[in-house]
Amino acid sequence: MNNWIAKVTGQPSFDLKTWILDHIVTILFWAFIILGLLTAQNLTMDGFFTELCNRFYRNIFLILSLIIPVVAGLGLNFGIVVGAIAGQLAVIAVRYWGIAANEQHFGGLTGFIMMIIISLPIAVLIGWLTGTLYNKTKGQEMIASLIVGYFGNGVYQFIVLFVIGAVIPVAMAHPMILYDGVGIRMSVDMGSVTYSLDDLFEIPFVPFMIGAAAVILLFLLWNQFIRKPKADGRTTKLNVIAFTVYALLSAAVMVYFIIQLVTGSVLNRVRDVPVILILVVVLLAVFIQWIMNTKLGQDFRSCGMNQAIAEANGINVNRTRVIATIISTVLAAWGMVIYLQNMGTLNTYTAHNNVGYFSVAAILVGGASVDKATIGQSITGCLLFHAMFILSPEIGKAVFGQAALGEYFRTFMVYGVIGLSLGLYVWRANKRAQLKMPGEGESEELKDQRLIAG
Amino acid sequence: MTKSIGNAINRIGIPTFAVGLLLLVLLITAGVQGQSIPTLITDILNRVGMNGLLVLAMVPAIKSGTGPNFALPVGIEGGLMALMICMQFDFSGWFLIFSSLALCIVLCTILGWLYGKLMNAVKGAEMTIATYSGFSIVAFFNIFWLAIPFSNRKMGWMLGNGLRETIQFKNFGASRIISDLLKVEIAGVGIPFGMMLVFALFCFLVWFFFQSKTGMAIYAGGQNPRFAEASGLNIDRNRVIANIISTILAGIGIIIYSQGYGYAQLYNGPLNMAFPAVAAVLVGGATASKASIPNVLIGVCLFQGLMTTAMPVMNQLFTGTDLSDIMRIIIQNGVILYALTKVKSGGDR
Repeated sequence: MNNWIAKVTGQPSFDLKTWILDHIVTILFWAFIILGLLTAQNLTMDGFFTELCNRFYRNIFLILSLIIPVVAGLGLNFGIVVGAIAGQLAVIAVRYWGIAANEQHFGGLTGFIMMIIISLPIAVLIGWLTGTLYNKTKGQEMIASLIVGYFGNGVYQFIVLFVIGAVIPVAMAHPMILYDGVGIRMSVDMGSVTYSLDDLFEIPFVPFMIGAAAVILLFLLWNQFIRKPKADGRTTKLNVIAFTVYALLSAAVMVYFIIQLVTGSVLNRVRDVPVILILVVVLLAVFIQWIMNTKLGQDFRSCGMNQAIAEANGINVNRTRVIATIISTVLAAWGMVIYLQNMGTLNTYTAHNNVGYFSVAAILVGGASVDKATIGQSITGCLLFHAMFILSPEIGKAVFGQAALGEYFRTFMVYGVIGLSLGLYVWRANKRAQLKMPGEGESEELKDQRLIAG
Repeated sequence: MTKSIGNAINRIGIPTFAVGLLLLVLLITAGVQGQSIPTLITDILNRVGMNGLLVLAMVPAIKSGTGPNFALPVGIEGGLMALMICMQFDFSGWFLIFSSLALCIVLCTILGWLYGKLMNAVKGAEMTIATYSGFSIVAFFNIFWLAIPFSNRKMGWMLGNGLRETIQFKNFGASRIISDLLKVEIAGVGIPFGMMLVFALFCFLVWFFFQSKTGMAIYAGGQNPRFAEASGLNIDRNRVIANIISTILAGIGIIIYSQGYGYAQLYNGPLNMAFPAVAAVLVGGATASKASIPNVLIGVCLFQGLMTTAMPVMNQLFTGTDLSDIMRIIIQNGVILYALTKVKSGGDR
């Protein structure tokens, strides 16, 4: 069994215990979701998938914004909250003009693009500030990023509740402004911007899945048989067993959905897929992959491995870390705009609060850790995490007879997942450090890191 | 001249100086606005007494080297649990207070021991893990409050199972029982001597503990772990002891806080209680690795003073907007961020 798994995963030695410990959070979530699907009574398949897809489209961009800081050694950036705030400020500005112009200008897709453009400079500024702060709190970035989120929340509330109206002149009769002419109301309607990105071009769910599975299958075949090795001689080919498993899996998905299409099952009622939004996400994934292969990406990785060695290799560590934070903040701002165009309303004072926790928990569920995060982990994490979110009230009802219990349970899962993953990570890092005698064994690792850094 | 002022500010500490100055400005504004200063001072004293122990709980944790106890909710939930169990048996008055204090010490010792073990396992990232331990335990107790069959009708919802969000002390004859003890009114200022005595007693106990051999060892381990280890001190054990004390103080702290408030707040009430306490001790001049009883006293007076004064003053200045709460958020987290920039990093990560 172990040998067989070792072959598939391509790892030379496979230890089941270590593997379980490494993937404990993911395993727990799978178990929970399977339990949920078995016990849920009032849940239809199409309802479940519609909700899951919706949540996926909304959140995936935000989750992807976490990857670069992880690679650059900043850990999990809970500070994407301030990025989300930058997005919300842009949303508020554009909606203010949009409503003032009776949706004649600044509405629909134009409004959406305006939000993206306006949030950029705000997010760059905020990202630069937080990045500078992270450089002053080296070693404590994660707690600092958490507190930055709270601090940013305070400043943001000050702006939307007081500065708008008291300092920045606004029309008193504007429907977004509070009665006395100072401050923004509790919720802001996205109006014609709602679904402006989603609605551009949509394909029904089942055909989309058939297409997606076909594309993945074709990619696998191309990669295996036609693609030439990279310039540096590294091959992208999978080993035979892994290739067979993946190829069969995607073929099975394709066949499954073809059957669904033919038999006209409930899955045909799942919400249509917003293709443009998916394309944007794919573009972002390609961008992240691309940046990792540039000089900047190499610098990110060097800083993540060992700052002292990176510095010795002539990398401006502080500058690199600030750039990583700025990219993350900008992506979070855009992610928030995408989130809001899907939601339809902005809860002015609360929308940003949970962005950090939920995104971090999701990427951790996908199997990421403080020093490792990939696009694949973001996607699986997003799906698993939000499946849990949909299912937990159902489980609460089915198992305990109380839906409220399920809701508390999911809060527990959010915090528990973050605490457990981070705790395990630090615990293991400390154990490794203890096992290594000072001066011994260390040199080899240093050599490795120097090679990577150079 | 400017240089010496700068030096003075640095010696006092920027957060202490800034918050102190702001408090002074607010107090003067309150006077100009014609607010009743004696009432304000009464409120400040009352809130200092209520929050004092929660801030004091920071001292053992900081001294032992685990940093400010961001996992204050661990002890708070222990204290609330003790309170709920005693209320379930329908204890009332002083008997309720003393029995819940006793039970709280037992529960918090267990919780603090577990938490201390956890802190030893995650050296180097204590503050982050502590925060999430706090959040997780609050979420866990949310389930607990709803699922455990407490049957006393004074505590449950009208319909269905589980405890209420807030539980009134009035129903148990214990509302403000310590707060109003030995309360004397001098020139319009109500001075809660009983509350102050309790706070002073615990401050003394903590101070006294740190004069003992174990206390000194904890302090030494926190200041220079390598040196302490070399001189044969068991640092891990000491850190656990310090965190047990911190957790117990948090538990007792919430019982005193709740009786002063008149309600025990369950569910998400304790979720963010650690941050004001951390901010208060930092305002008093503590850092992430150094804290003393004077830091607690100065900090809790300045921070709670500011919060108490800000509300009426701000409300009169800008009617209709809750700017005082926004000010609290900004100051509280700003102070914590400032302290984080002063933490010496333990390594690369």
